[in-house]
Amino acid sequence: MIKFFDFIGEISLLSWAAFKEFWGGRQDWELITEQLSKGGVDSWSITILTAIFTGMVMAAQFAIGLEPFGASIYTGKLVSLGIVRELGPVLTALLVGGRVGAGFTAELGSMAVTEQIDAIRCLGADPVRKLVMPRVVAMTLIMPLLTVLADLIGCFGGGLISMLQVDLTAQYVLRQMLETIGPEDLMHGLMKSTFFGYWIAIIACWKGMNIRGGAESVGIATTETVVYISVGILVSDFILTQLFLSIYG
Amino acid sequence: MSETIISYRNVEKSFGDNRIYKDITLDIQRGETLCVIGGSGTGKSVMMKMLVGLLTPDAGEIQVFGQSIIGLKQRQWLDIRRRVAMLFQGGALFDSFTVGDNIQYPMIEHKWGDRPTREKRVTEVLEMVGLGNIEHLYPSEISGGMKKRVALARAIAVEPEVLLYDEPTTGLDPISIRRINGLIRNLQERLGVTSMVVTHEMPSVFTIADRIAMLHDQHIAFVGTPEEAQQHTEPWLADFIVGGGGVLNEDVE
Repeated sequence: MIKFFDFIGEISLLSWAAFKEFWGGRQDWELITEQLSKGGVDSWSITILTAIFTGMVMAAQFAIGLEPFGASIYTGKLVSLGIVRELGPVLTALLVGGRVGAGFTAELGSMAVTEQIDAIRCLGADPVRKLVMPRVVAMTLIMPLLTVLADLIGCFGGGLISMLQVDLTAQYVLRQMLETIGPEDLMHGLMKSTFFGYWIAIIACWKGMNIRGGAESVGIATTETVVYISVGILVSDFILTQLFLSIYG
Repeated sequence: MSETIISYRNVEKSFGDNRIYKDITLDIQRGETLCVIGGSGTGKSVMMKMLVGLLTPDAGEIQVFGQSIIGLKQRQWLDIRRRVAMLFQGGALFDSFTVGDNIQYPMIEHKWGDRPTREKRVTEVLEMVGLGNIEHLYPSEISGGMKKRVALARAIAVEPEVLLYDEPTTGLDPISIRRINGLIRNLQERLGVTSMVVTHEMPSVFTIADRIAMLHDQHIAFVGTPEEAQQHTEPWLADFIVGGGGVLNEDVE
Protein backbone atom coordinates (compact mmCIF):
# COMPACT_ATOMS: atom_id res chain seq x y z
CA MET A 1 0.00 0.00 0.00
CA ILE A 2 2.85 2.35 0.93
CA LYS A 3 4.50 1.49 -2.40
CA PHE A 4 1.31 2.42 -4.22
CA PHE A 5 1.15 5.83 -2.56
CA ASP A 6 4.88 6.30 -3.23
CA PHE A 7 4.19 5.58 -6.90
CA ILE A 8 1.26 8.03 -7.03
CA GLY A 9 3.37 10.67 -5.27
CA GLU A 10 6.34 10.28 -7.59
CA ILE A 11 4.18 10.31 -10.73
CA SER A 12 2.36 13.42 -9.47
CA LEU A 13 5.61 15.24 -8.74
CA LEU A 14 7.09 14.37 -12.13
CA SER A 15 3.86 15.41 -13.87
CA TRP A 16 3.84 18.71 -11.98
CA ALA A 17 7.49 19.35 -12.86
CA ALA A 18 6.79 18.65 -16.54
CA PHE A 19 3.66 20.83 -16.46
CA LYS A 20 5.60 23.69 -14.85
CA GLU A 21 8.30 23.46 -17.53
CA PHE A 22 5.67 23.59 -20.26
CA TRP A 23 3.53 26.27 -18.70
CA GLY A 24 6.55 28.32 -17.63
CA GLY A 25 7.16 29.14 -21.30
CA ARG A 26 10.29 27.07 -21.58
CA GLN A 27 8.91 24.75 -24.23
CA ASP A 28 11.54 23.58 -26.62
CA TRP A 29 9.44 22.98 -29.74
CA GLU A 30 12.34 21.39 -31.58
CA LEU A 31 12.48 18.64 -28.94
CA ILE A 32 8.68 18.31 -28.86
CA THR A 33 8.56 17.98 -32.67
CA GLU A 34 11.25 15.31 -32.55
CA GLN A 35 9.19 13.33 -30.07
CA LEU A 36 5.99 13.89 -32.07
CA SER A 37 7.77 12.25 -34.96
CA LYS A 38 9.37 9.41 -32.95
CA GLY A 39 6.40 8.65 -30.74
CA GLY A 40 3.51 9.53 -32.95
CA VAL A 41 4.11 9.77 -36.65
CA ASP A 42 6.23 6.63 -36.64
CA SER A 43 3.33 4.80 -34.97
CA TRP A 44 0.83 5.37 -37.79
CA SER A 45 1.51 2.04 -39.48
CA ILE A 46 0.94 -0.02 -36.33
CA THR A 47 -2.23 2.02 -35.68
CA ILE A 48 -3.62 1.35 -39.16
CA LEU A 49 -2.82 -2.33 -38.98
CA THR A 50 -4.46 -2.76 -35.57
CA ALA A 51 -7.52 -0.71 -36.46
CA ILE A 52 -8.34 -2.30 -39.79
CA PHE A 53 -8.18 -5.85 -38.50
CA THR A 54 -10.07 -4.98 -35.32
CA GLY A 55 -12.84 -3.37 -37.40
CA MET A 56 -12.98 -6.31 -39.76
CA VAL A 57 -13.00 -9.01 -37.07
CA MET A 58 -15.65 -7.15 -35.07
CA ALA A 59 -17.85 -6.87 -38.15
CA ALA A 60 -17.37 -10.55 -38.97
CA GLN A 61 -18.35 -11.57 -35.43
CA PHE A 62 -21.35 -9.22 -35.23
CA ALA A 63 -22.60 -10.28 -38.63
CA ILE A 64 -22.72 -13.92 -37.52
CA GLY A 65 -23.92 -13.19 -33.97
CA LEU A 66 -26.76 -10.92 -35.06
CA GLU A 67 -27.94 -13.12 -37.93
CA PRO A 68 -30.26 -15.39 -35.84
CA PHE A 69 -32.08 -12.25 -34.70
CA GLY A 70 -32.29 -10.85 -38.21
CA ALA A 71 -30.25 -7.89 -37.03
CA SER A 72 -27.15 -8.27 -39.19
CA ILE A 73 -27.99 -5.01 -40.93
CA TYR A 74 -26.96 -3.24 -37.72
CA THR A 75 -23.42 -4.57 -37.96
CA GLY A 76 -21.98 -1.26 -39.19
CA LYS A 77 -23.77 0.63 -36.43
CA LEU A 78 -22.38 -1.57 -33.66
CA VAL A 79 -18.89 -1.74 -35.09
CA SER A 80 -18.61 2.03 -35.43
CA LEU A 81 -19.87 2.66 -31.90
CA GLY A 82 -17.52 0.05 -30.43
CA ILE A 83 -14.55 1.38 -32.36
CA VAL A 84 -15.07 5.07 -31.69
CA ARG A 85 -15.97 4.77 -28.03
CA GLU A 86 -13.73 1.94 -26.89
CA LEU A 87 -11.56 -0.08 -29.18
CA GLY A 88 -10.11 2.81 -31.19
CA PRO A 89 -8.67 4.65 -28.18
CA VAL A 90 -7.87 1.59 -26.05
CA LEU A 91 -6.26 -0.70 -28.61
CA THR A 92 -4.29 2.17 -30.15
CA ALA A 93 -3.06 3.17 -26.69
CA LEU A 94 -2.09 -0.41 -25.81
CA LEU A 95 -0.18 -0.90 -29.05
CA VAL A 96 1.44 2.53 -29.17
CA GLY A 97 2.03 2.38 -25.42
CA GLY A 98 3.94 -0.87 -25.76
CA ARG A 99 5.97 0.39 -28.66
CA VAL A 100 6.69 3.95 -27.56
CA GLY A 101 6.69 3.38 -23.79
CA ALA A 102 9.28 0.61 -24.01
CA GLY A 103 11.39 2.81 -26.29
CA PHE A 104 11.25 5.81 -23.95
CA THR A 105 12.19 3.74 -20.89
CA ALA A 106 15.04 1.98 -22.65
CA GLU A 107 16.39 5.28 -24.02
CA LEU A 108 16.16 7.22 -20.76
CA GLY A 109 17.32 4.19 -18.78
CA SER A 110 20.44 3.83 -20.90
CA MET A 111 21.08 7.53 -20.41
CA ALA A 112 20.65 7.14 -16.66
CA VAL A 113 23.06 4.21 -16.29
CA THR A 114 25.71 5.94 -18.41
CA GLU A 115 25.34 9.11 -16.28
CA GLN A 116 24.05 11.15 -19.22
CA ILE A 117 21.10 12.40 -17.14
CA ASP A 118 23.50 13.53 -14.41
CA ALA A 119 25.59 15.18 -17.13
CA ILE A 120 22.55 17.13 -18.37
CA ARG A 121 22.13 18.53 -14.84
CA CYS A 122 25.83 19.31 -14.48
CA LEU A 123 25.95 21.10 -17.82
CA GLY A 124 23.30 23.54 -16.67
CA ALA A 125 20.12 22.00 -18.07
CA ASP A 126 17.12 20.34 -16.48
CA PRO A 127 16.40 16.70 -17.44
CA VAL A 128 12.66 17.25 -16.93
CA ARG A 129 12.70 20.10 -19.46
CA LYS A 130 14.97 18.26 -21.90
CA LEU A 131 13.64 14.72 -21.63
CA VAL A 132 10.31 14.42 -19.83
CA MET A 133 8.30 17.47 -20.87
CA PRO A 134 8.80 17.04 -24.66
CA ARG A 135 7.75 13.38 -24.47
CA VAL A 136 4.69 14.04 -22.32
CA VAL A 137 3.53 16.95 -24.50
CA ALA A 138 4.16 15.04 -27.73
CA MET A 139 2.31 11.91 -26.61
CA THR A 140 -0.60 13.89 -25.16
CA LEU A 141 -0.98 15.70 -28.49
CA ILE A 142 -0.43 12.76 -30.82
CA MET A 143 -2.58 10.08 -29.17
CA PRO A 144 -5.93 11.74 -30.02
CA LEU A 145 -4.75 12.14 -33.63
CA LEU A 146 -3.73 8.48 -33.82
CA THR A 147 -7.09 7.59 -32.31
CA VAL A 148 -8.95 9.56 -35.02
CA LEU A 149 -6.91 7.63 -37.57
CA ALA A 150 -7.76 4.33 -35.82
CA ASP A 151 -11.46 5.29 -35.71
CA LEU A 152 -11.54 6.03 -39.43
CA ILE A 153 -9.62 2.94 -40.46
CA GLY A 154 -11.47 0.69 -37.99
CA CYS A 155 -14.84 1.90 -39.32
CA PHE A 156 -13.59 1.42 -42.86
CA GLY A 157 -12.58 -2.19 -42.08
CA GLY A 158 -15.88 -2.86 -40.32
CA GLY A 159 -17.81 -1.27 -43.16
CA LEU A 160 -15.95 -3.34 -45.73
CA ILE A 161 -16.86 -6.63 -44.03
CA SER A 162 -20.46 -5.43 -43.51
CA MET A 163 -20.67 -4.89 -47.28
CA LEU A 164 -19.05 -8.17 -48.22
CA GLN A 165 -20.52 -10.49 -45.59
CA VAL A 166 -23.96 -9.00 -44.91
CA ASP A 167 -24.37 -7.71 -48.43
CA LEU A 168 -25.05 -4.10 -47.45
CA THR A 169 -24.33 -1.15 -49.75
CA ALA A 170 -21.53 1.29 -48.98
CA GLN A 171 -24.00 4.20 -48.81
CA TYR A 172 -26.19 2.33 -46.32
CA VAL A 173 -23.26 1.42 -44.03
CA LEU A 174 -21.83 4.93 -44.18
CA ARG A 175 -25.19 6.56 -43.41
CA GLN A 176 -25.75 4.13 -40.56
CA MET A 177 -22.35 4.92 -39.06
CA LEU A 178 -22.78 8.69 -39.40
CA GLU A 179 -26.22 8.51 -37.79
CA THR A 180 -24.89 6.40 -34.93
CA ILE A 181 -21.77 8.26 -33.95
CA GLY A 182 -22.45 11.59 -32.30
CA PRO A 183 -19.91 14.25 -31.39
CA GLU A 184 -20.06 13.11 -27.74
CA ASP A 185 -18.97 9.59 -28.77
CA LEU A 186 -15.99 11.02 -30.59
CA MET A 187 -15.15 13.33 -27.68
CA HIS A 188 -15.52 10.42 -25.27
CA GLY A 189 -12.84 8.48 -27.17
CA LEU A 190 -10.58 11.46 -27.74
CA MET A 191 -10.57 12.58 -24.11
CA LYS A 192 -9.62 9.08 -23.06
CA SER A 193 -6.85 8.92 -25.63
CA THR A 194 -5.47 12.26 -24.42
CA PHE A 195 -5.17 10.79 -20.95
CA PHE A 196 -3.65 7.58 -22.33
CA GLY A 197 -1.02 9.61 -24.19
CA TYR A 198 -0.05 11.41 -21.00
CA TRP A 199 -0.01 8.13 -19.05
CA ILE A 200 2.22 6.33 -21.57
CA ALA A 201 4.82 9.11 -21.55
CA ILE A 202 4.87 9.84 -17.84
CA ILE A 203 5.18 6.18 -16.79
CA ALA A 204 7.87 5.47 -19.38
CA CYS A 205 9.88 8.56 -18.40
CA TRP A 206 9.51 7.93 -14.68
CA LYS A 207 10.69 4.35 -15.04
CA GLY A 208 13.56 5.30 -17.34
CA MET A 209 14.84 8.18 -15.22
CA ASN A 210 14.90 6.06 -12.07
CA ILE A 211 16.89 3.14 -13.39
CA ARG A 212 19.98 2.33 -11.35
CA GLY A 213 22.48 -0.38 -12.20
CA GLY A 214 23.22 -1.77 -15.62
CA ALA A 215 21.75 -3.38 -18.71
CA GLU A 216 19.72 -5.88 -16.70
CA SER A 217 17.95 -3.05 -14.85
CA VAL A 218 17.09 -1.44 -18.17
CA GLY A 219 15.50 -4.70 -19.34
CA ILE A 220 13.49 -5.15 -16.15
CA ALA A 221 12.31 -1.54 -16.13
CA THR A 222 11.29 -1.71 -19.79
CA THR A 223 9.15 -4.79 -19.13
CA GLU A 224 7.61 -3.14 -16.07
CA THR A 225 6.83 -0.04 -18.10
CA VAL A 226 4.77 -2.02 -20.59
CA VAL A 227 2.89 -3.73 -17.74
CA TYR A 228 2.23 -0.45 -15.87
CA ILE A 229 1.11 1.26 -19.07
CA SER A 230 -1.19 -1.58 -20.15
CA VAL A 231 -2.78 -2.08 -16.74
CA GLY A 232 -3.11 1.69 -16.28
CA ILE A 233 -4.84 2.05 -19.64
CA LEU A 234 -7.35 -0.73 -18.91
CA VAL A 235 -8.13 0.47 -15.37
CA SER A 236 -8.36 4.15 -16.31
CA ASP A 237 -10.48 3.23 -19.33
CA PHE A 238 -13.09 1.74 -17.02
CA ILE A 239 -12.99 4.72 -14.65
CA LEU A 240 -13.10 7.31 -17.45
CA THR A 241 -15.89 5.43 -19.24
CA GLN A 242 -17.98 5.44 -16.07
CA LEU A 243 -17.24 9.13 -15.63
CA PHE A 244 -18.19 10.08 -19.19
CA LEU A 245 -21.29 7.88 -19.15
CA SER A 246 -22.46 9.58 -15.98
CA ILE A 247 -21.92 12.98 -17.64
CA TYR A 248 -23.12 12.32 -21.19
CA GLY A 249 -25.23 9.20 -20.66
CA MET B 1 47.29 28.70 -2.96
CA SER B 2 45.70 29.97 0.21
CA GLU B 3 42.11 30.77 -0.72
CA THR B 4 39.71 27.96 0.22
CA ILE B 5 37.11 27.57 -2.49
CA ILE B 6 35.56 24.27 -1.48
CA SER B 7 34.98 23.24 2.08
CA TYR B 8 33.33 20.20 3.62
CA ARG B 9 32.46 20.43 7.31
CA ASN B 10 31.30 17.41 9.33
CA VAL B 11 29.45 15.96 6.35
CA GLU B 12 27.44 12.79 6.90
CA LYS B 13 25.87 10.62 4.25
CA SER B 14 24.05 7.28 4.18
CA PHE B 15 22.26 5.29 1.51
CA GLY B 16 19.53 3.47 3.39
CA ASP B 17 21.24 1.51 6.15
CA ASN B 18 24.62 1.82 4.47
CA ARG B 19 26.52 4.65 6.13
CA ILE B 20 29.12 6.14 3.80
CA TYR B 21 30.44 9.09 5.84
CA LYS B 22 30.26 9.79 9.53
CA ASP B 23 32.39 12.94 9.37
CA ILE B 24 33.95 14.40 6.26
CA THR B 25 35.92 17.58 6.83
CA LEU B 26 38.16 18.85 4.02
CA ASP B 27 39.25 22.12 2.41
CA ILE B 28 40.30 22.55 -1.21
CA GLN B 29 42.46 25.54 -2.10
CA ARG B 30 42.19 27.59 -5.28
CA GLY B 31 44.52 26.38 -8.02
CA GLU B 32 45.52 23.07 -6.46
CA THR B 33 44.99 19.53 -7.71
CA LEU B 34 43.66 17.36 -4.92
CA CYS B 35 43.41 13.61 -5.47
CA VAL B 36 40.90 11.70 -3.40
CA ILE B 37 41.86 8.07 -2.94
CA GLY B 38 40.22 5.21 -1.09
CA GLY B 39 38.87 1.71 -1.54
CA SER B 40 35.82 0.79 -3.58
CA GLY B 41 32.57 1.81 -1.94
CA THR B 42 34.12 4.44 0.34
CA GLY B 43 32.15 7.19 -1.40
CA LYS B 44 34.84 9.01 -3.37
CA SER B 45 32.50 9.92 -6.21
CA VAL B 46 29.75 10.84 -3.74
CA MET B 47 31.94 13.68 -2.47
CA MET B 48 32.00 15.16 -5.97
CA LYS B 49 28.37 14.57 -6.74
CA MET B 50 27.41 16.55 -3.64
CA LEU B 51 29.38 19.53 -4.96
CA VAL B 52 27.25 19.78 -8.10
CA GLY B 53 23.94 18.96 -6.46
CA LEU B 54 23.50 15.44 -7.80
CA LEU B 55 23.41 14.18 -4.20
CA THR B 56 22.74 15.96 -0.94
CA PRO B 57 24.46 15.40 2.41
CA ASP B 58 22.37 14.14 5.33
CA ALA B 59 24.11 16.48 7.75
CA GLY B 60 27.00 18.94 7.84
CA GLU B 61 27.93 21.89 5.67
CA ILE B 62 29.45 22.25 2.21
CA GLN B 63 30.58 25.60 0.87
CA VAL B 64 31.60 26.34 -2.70
CA PHE B 65 33.09 29.78 -3.45
CA GLY B 66 32.20 30.77 0.11
CA GLN B 67 28.52 30.00 -0.43
CA SER B 68 26.65 27.20 1.29
CA ILE B 69 25.16 24.79 -1.23
CA ILE B 70 22.74 23.16 1.19
CA GLY B 71 19.15 23.72 0.11
CA LEU B 72 19.98 25.66 -3.05
CA LYS B 73 17.17 26.12 -5.56
CA GLN B 74 17.41 24.92 -9.17
CA ARG B 75 18.24 28.39 -10.51
CA GLN B 76 20.93 28.96 -7.88
CA TRP B 77 22.65 25.77 -8.98
CA LEU B 78 23.03 27.15 -12.49
CA ASP B 79 25.81 29.55 -11.51
CA ILE B 80 27.66 26.90 -9.48
CA ARG B 81 27.40 24.40 -12.35
CA ARG B 82 28.93 26.91 -14.75
CA ARG B 83 31.88 27.45 -12.43
CA VAL B 84 32.24 23.81 -11.33
CA ALA B 85 32.35 21.21 -14.11
CA MET B 86 32.35 17.46 -13.68
CA LEU B 87 34.01 14.87 -15.87
CA PHE B 88 32.13 11.59 -15.50
CA GLN B 89 33.77 8.19 -15.31
CA GLY B 90 32.48 6.98 -18.67
CA GLY B 91 32.52 10.43 -20.24
CA ALA B 92 28.69 10.62 -20.26
CA LEU B 93 28.68 12.01 -23.79
CA PHE B 94 25.22 12.25 -25.35
CA ASP B 95 24.97 9.35 -27.82
CA SER B 96 22.52 11.10 -30.11
CA PHE B 97 24.67 14.22 -30.50
CA THR B 98 27.85 14.66 -32.51
CA VAL B 99 31.08 15.52 -30.71
CA GLY B 100 30.62 19.16 -31.75
CA ASP B 101 27.06 19.33 -30.44
CA ASN B 102 28.13 17.64 -27.20
CA ILE B 103 30.70 20.37 -26.62
CA GLN B 104 28.28 23.12 -27.59
CA TYR B 105 25.67 21.82 -25.15
CA PRO B 106 26.89 23.63 -21.99
CA MET B 107 27.57 26.77 -24.03
CA ILE B 108 23.98 26.82 -25.27
CA GLU B 109 22.60 26.18 -21.79
CA HIS B 110 24.75 28.90 -20.27
CA LYS B 111 23.98 31.25 -23.20
CA TRP B 112 27.61 31.45 -24.26
CA GLY B 113 27.92 33.46 -27.46
CA ASP B 114 26.32 32.98 -30.86
CA ARG B 115 26.70 29.96 -33.13
CA PRO B 116 29.98 31.00 -34.87
CA THR B 117 31.55 31.85 -31.50
CA ARG B 118 30.50 28.50 -30.10
CA GLU B 119 31.82 26.63 -33.14
CA LYS B 120 35.15 28.44 -32.80
CA ARG B 121 35.26 27.51 -29.14
CA VAL B 122 34.57 23.84 -30.00
CA THR B 123 37.64 23.78 -32.28
CA GLU B 124 39.67 25.58 -29.61
CA VAL B 125 38.84 23.18 -26.76
CA LEU B 126 39.26 20.13 -28.98
CA GLU B 127 42.74 21.38 -29.84
CA MET B 128 43.44 21.87 -26.14
CA VAL B 129 42.73 18.19 -25.51
CA GLY B 130 44.75 17.15 -28.53
CA LEU B 131 41.89 16.31 -30.88
CA GLY B 132 41.06 17.89 -34.21
CA ASN B 133 38.43 17.56 -36.92
CA ILE B 134 36.22 15.12 -35.08
CA GLU B 135 33.32 17.54 -34.47
CA HIS B 136 31.10 15.67 -36.91
CA LEU B 137 31.67 12.21 -35.41
CA TYR B 138 29.29 10.52 -32.96
CA PRO B 139 30.54 9.18 -29.59
CA SER B 140 30.04 5.60 -30.85
CA GLU B 141 32.59 6.29 -33.59
CA ILE B 142 35.49 7.25 -31.30
CA SER B 143 37.64 5.28 -28.83
CA GLY B 144 37.30 5.22 -25.03
CA GLY B 145 40.32 7.47 -24.54
CA MET B 146 39.00 9.96 -27.09
CA LYS B 147 35.60 9.95 -25.40
CA LYS B 148 37.22 10.99 -22.12
CA ARG B 149 39.11 13.76 -23.88
CA VAL B 150 35.95 14.97 -25.62
CA ALA B 151 34.17 14.91 -22.25
CA LEU B 152 37.03 16.98 -20.86
CA ALA B 153 36.70 19.41 -23.78
CA ARG B 154 32.96 19.67 -23.04
CA ALA B 155 33.68 20.27 -19.36
CA ILE B 156 36.15 23.11 -20.00
CA ALA B 157 34.10 24.73 -22.79
CA VAL B 158 32.54 27.34 -20.51
CA GLU B 159 35.81 28.01 -18.66
CA PRO B 160 34.97 26.56 -15.23
CA GLU B 161 37.09 27.45 -12.23
CA VAL B 162 36.86 23.98 -10.71
CA LEU B 163 37.06 20.63 -12.49
CA LEU B 164 35.91 17.42 -10.84
CA TYR B 165 37.37 14.29 -12.42
CA ASP B 166 35.66 10.99 -11.59
CA GLU B 167 38.13 8.17 -12.32
CA PRO B 168 39.55 9.94 -15.40
CA THR B 169 42.06 7.22 -16.31
CA THR B 170 40.23 4.03 -15.33
CA GLY B 171 40.11 1.46 -18.10
CA LEU B 172 42.43 3.33 -20.45
CA ASP B 173 45.63 2.18 -22.12
CA PRO B 174 48.96 3.51 -20.75
CA ILE B 175 49.36 6.10 -23.51
CA SER B 176 45.87 7.49 -22.95
CA ILE B 177 46.50 7.53 -19.19
CA ARG B 178 49.67 9.56 -19.71
CA ARG B 179 47.85 11.91 -22.06
CA ILE B 180 44.94 12.49 -19.64
CA ASN B 181 47.33 13.05 -16.73
CA GLY B 182 49.24 15.54 -18.86
CA LEU B 183 45.99 17.34 -19.68
CA ILE B 184 44.96 17.60 -16.04
CA ARG B 185 48.35 19.07 -15.18
CA ASN B 186 48.31 21.32 -18.22
CA LEU B 187 44.85 22.74 -17.44
CA GLN B 188 45.98 23.56 -13.94
CA GLU B 189 49.14 25.29 -15.13
CA ARG B 190 47.66 27.10 -18.15
CA LEU B 191 44.22 28.04 -16.86
CA GLY B 192 44.76 27.93 -13.11
CA VAL B 193 41.89 25.45 -12.78
CA THR B 194 41.32 23.89 -9.36
CA SER B 195 40.95 20.15 -9.70
CA MET B 196 39.55 17.41 -7.55
CA VAL B 197 40.42 13.98 -8.92
CA VAL B 198 38.88 10.77 -7.67
CA THR B 199 41.05 7.82 -8.58
CA HIS B 200 42.67 4.69 -7.22
CA GLU B 201 45.48 4.63 -9.75
CA MET B 202 48.46 5.55 -7.63
CA PRO B 203 50.93 6.31 -10.47
CA SER B 204 48.46 8.91 -11.75
CA VAL B 205 48.04 10.32 -8.26
CA PHE B 206 51.79 10.89 -7.90
CA THR B 207 51.94 12.50 -11.34
CA ILE B 208 49.17 15.03 -10.89
CA ALA B 209 48.47 15.60 -7.20
CA ASP B 210 49.50 18.64 -5.18
CA ARG B 211 47.77 17.06 -2.22
CA ILE B 212 46.19 13.70 -1.50
CA ALA B 213 43.13 13.03 0.66
CA MET B 214 42.33 9.49 1.69
CA LEU B 215 38.84 8.28 2.57
CA HIS B 216 39.02 5.53 5.13
CA ASP B 217 36.69 4.35 7.86
CA GLN B 218 33.94 6.82 6.84
CA HIS B 219 36.08 9.93 7.18
CA ILE B 220 39.07 11.71 5.63
CA ALA B 221 41.81 9.80 7.39
CA PHE B 222 44.74 11.53 5.71
CA VAL B 223 45.39 14.83 3.92
CA GLY B 224 48.85 15.80 2.80
CA THR B 225 51.34 16.08 -0.02
CA PRO B 226 52.38 13.02 -2.05
CA GLU B 227 55.71 13.03 -0.20
CA GLU B 228 53.94 13.00 3.18
CA ALA B 229 51.72 10.16 1.96
CA GLN B 230 54.74 8.11 0.96
CA GLN B 231 56.33 8.59 4.36
CA HIS B 232 53.16 7.60 6.18
CA THR B 233 53.52 4.36 8.10
CA GLU B 234 49.88 3.50 8.89
CA PRO B 235 49.11 0.25 7.03
CA TRP B 236 45.76 1.46 5.62
CA LEU B 237 47.59 4.16 3.66
CA ALA B 238 50.95 2.49 3.10
CA ASP B 239 49.30 -0.69 1.75
CA PHE B 240 47.08 1.31 -0.53
CA ILE B 241 50.02 3.25 -1.95
CA VAL B 242 52.13 0.21 -2.66
CA GLY B 243 49.19 -1.73 -4.08
CA GLY B 244 47.89 -3.63 -1.08
CA GLY B 245 44.45 -2.09 -1.45
CA GLY B 246 42.74 -5.46 -1.68
CA VAL B 247 42.85 -6.04 2.07
CA LEU B 248 41.61 -2.52 2.61
CA ASN B 249 38.74 -2.98 0.17
CA GLU B 250 37.52 -5.97 2.12
CA ASP B 251 37.52 -3.85 5.24
CA VAL B 252 35.35 -1.17 3.76
CA GLU B 253 32.89 -3.19 1.69
